[in-house]
Amino acid sequence: MAIAPPDAIPGPALDQRGEARLAEYAAIKKARQRRETLIEGVLLAAASVSVLTTLGIVYILVRESISFFSHVSIWDFLTDTQWTPLFDDAHFGIWVLMSGTITSSLVALAVAIPLGTVIAIYLSEFAGHKTRETLKPLLELLSGVPTIIYGFFALLVVTPLLQKIFPELPGFNVLSAGLVMGVMIIPYVASLSEDAMRAVPMSLREGSYAMGSTRFQTAVNVVVPAAFSGIASAYILGISRAVGETMILAVAAGMQPTLSFNPMEPAATITSFIVQVALGDLPHGSIGYQTIFAAGLSLMLLTLCFNLAGHWLRKRYREAY
Amino acid sequence: MNAEKTLAIRAIIRKARRYDLLVALLGLLALSVAIFTLAALFIDMAVTGIPRLTGDFFLNFPSRRPAEAGILSSWVGSILVMTVTAFVAVPLGIAGAIYLEEYARKNWFTDVIEINITNLAGVPSIIYGLLALGLFVYTFKLGQSILTAGLTLALLILPIVITATREALRSIPQHIREAAYACGASQWQVVQDHLLKYSTPGILTGVIIGMSRAIGETAPIITIGALTFIAFLPPAPGQLNIETGQAAGLFDWVWSPFTVMPIQIFNWTSRPDPRFHENAAAAAFVLVLMTLSMNAIAIWLRYRLRKNIKW
Repeated sequence: MAIAPPDAIPGPALDQRGEARLAEYAAIKKARQRRETLIEGVLLAAASVSVLTTLGIVYILVRESISFFSHVSIWDFLTDTQWTPLFDDAHFGIWVLMSGTITSSLVALAVAIPLGTVIAIYLSEFAGHKTRETLKPLLELLSGVPTIIYGFFALLVVTPLLQKIFPELPGFNVLSAGLVMGVMIIPYVASLSEDAMRAVPMSLREGSYAMGSTRFQTAVNVVVPAAFSGIASAYILGISRAVGETMILAVAAGMQPTLSFNPMEPAATITSFIVQVALGDLPHGSIGYQTIFAAGLSLMLLTLCFNLAGHWLRKRYREAY
Repeated sequence: MNAEKTLAIRAIIRKARRYDLLVALLGLLALSVAIFTLAALFIDMAVTGIPRLTGDFFLNFPSRRPAEAGILSSWVGSILVMTVTAFVAVPLGIAGAIYLEEYARKNWFTDVIEINITNLAGVPSIIYGLLALGLFVYTFKLGQSILTAGLTLALLILPIVITATREALRSIPQHIREAAYACGASQWQVVQDHLLKYSTPGILTGVIIGMSRAIGETAPIITIGALTFIAFLPPAPGQLNIETGQAAGLFDWVWSPFTVMPIQIFNWTSRPDPRFHENAAAAAFVLVLMTLSMNAIAIWLRYRLRKNIKW
């Protein structure tokens, strides 16, 4: 329905019928404009849902944490060495949960960062086009496996295997959960690092090859430094995945709050504590109920720190071509 | 050139070649660790679980006796929760992406939305569970229902759908839009008749990946306090309630308590009796098969997409 704009209609003077049609066109145009504005409004509302989600998260976490901190002083929260929120003699030392989170993340990163980086270098600098196109999707499948299944695997397959090497290893331990978590994170680290390395312009590599460098020398001395900001953000993403991972730890690490950095022991992390509490039946508004929001807020702040660090790294080391 | 120097240079070259080979092998080794884990996981589950995969396993409710326990309530629950998630996340995600890609002006509010979406993609899933517990369960009083779970997972996968849709829209060349405008199409007509049609495979890829993530999510659903022992199905529309004698409405099922596959697996895994672990392996096998095939479809779609479309 192509409608000619009114001023394009030829003729010296418009008769009655012409004016009526003009008015009709104007009305159609107006209706069309109204519809367009309405649609834009609806689309804007849909886009705003994400902002509302963030506001909702912050509002809920802060609201419940405020009532939590009216019972427990922030000083105790940060310095107490015990975490027994559901006992009569309640202690709220977040460091106990932090130690579990840090230990399990370190084990996972000790697996994911070296393996992920080597895989990324291999895929980007050594593998042929065909190899890459086959192996990368296969690797991405790893990140599609639900984490509960990794937890199952850690508890019932990896732990018995590890117990053959370390006979004194308890049935629930941070080590096997962390190792499996590391494998789970490999695709994130490898895939993002590889993207960053592939974005390095070919001319840099060619310059390096022209100077007689080998592939390995080019990869280490030219490509990795040039892609550093991208690789760093891949690491940061890996770290925040590790810190926020829940089910592997809840299933295989034992949910036992002790202040210890030994991966051979069972431990509770911030996330697995939240699961543990949610599995029980806590009344809404009780101190135990508020504890999980305080724990959630700590987790949120922790990941926020990593995100900010990643943002800073990207800005500081970005190479523009 | 004397022979000695040539030999020395050859030695250096040989050494460098050896290094290259070594690193390539190391890369393949690292890759095989990852892929071997995937294979081991899959095979272990298949070997332990397949003997339990009989028709009864799909048609029985969970039970205290491991041999009689089944996954009826959990697979039905998973499908119903996914239905709610899809109905919320797909339209919202596509609409949001269209706004950001086609309508948004360059101002601070657009920047806020964009940064926000990037950040939301990095928020741990358990935080969404806390949001749902505080907001949907206790503030909006939606209860620990299928609706709550579906909405929570929808918020969780929204960034995935939005990002995929935006990428699909961005890959459509500008001249397609200009041609449509030149024929007098309004902005919405361009979006509806052209952009949405050409970006459908890309959007579909994002939606499938999002849904496969949602179907395996456990933590947020545990956090909202979903029960783990459910031996009944949500009321089908029109089904008679024996206690009240009333027929269930078309949407009564969204208010029903529920369980989903990952929670059933978690429940069975955390029991000491190894016969329950067989059940967990069987259910996990079904779930892995579902998510892996969804992912495989998405990867195939993306691959085909990259190959076929040449503007």
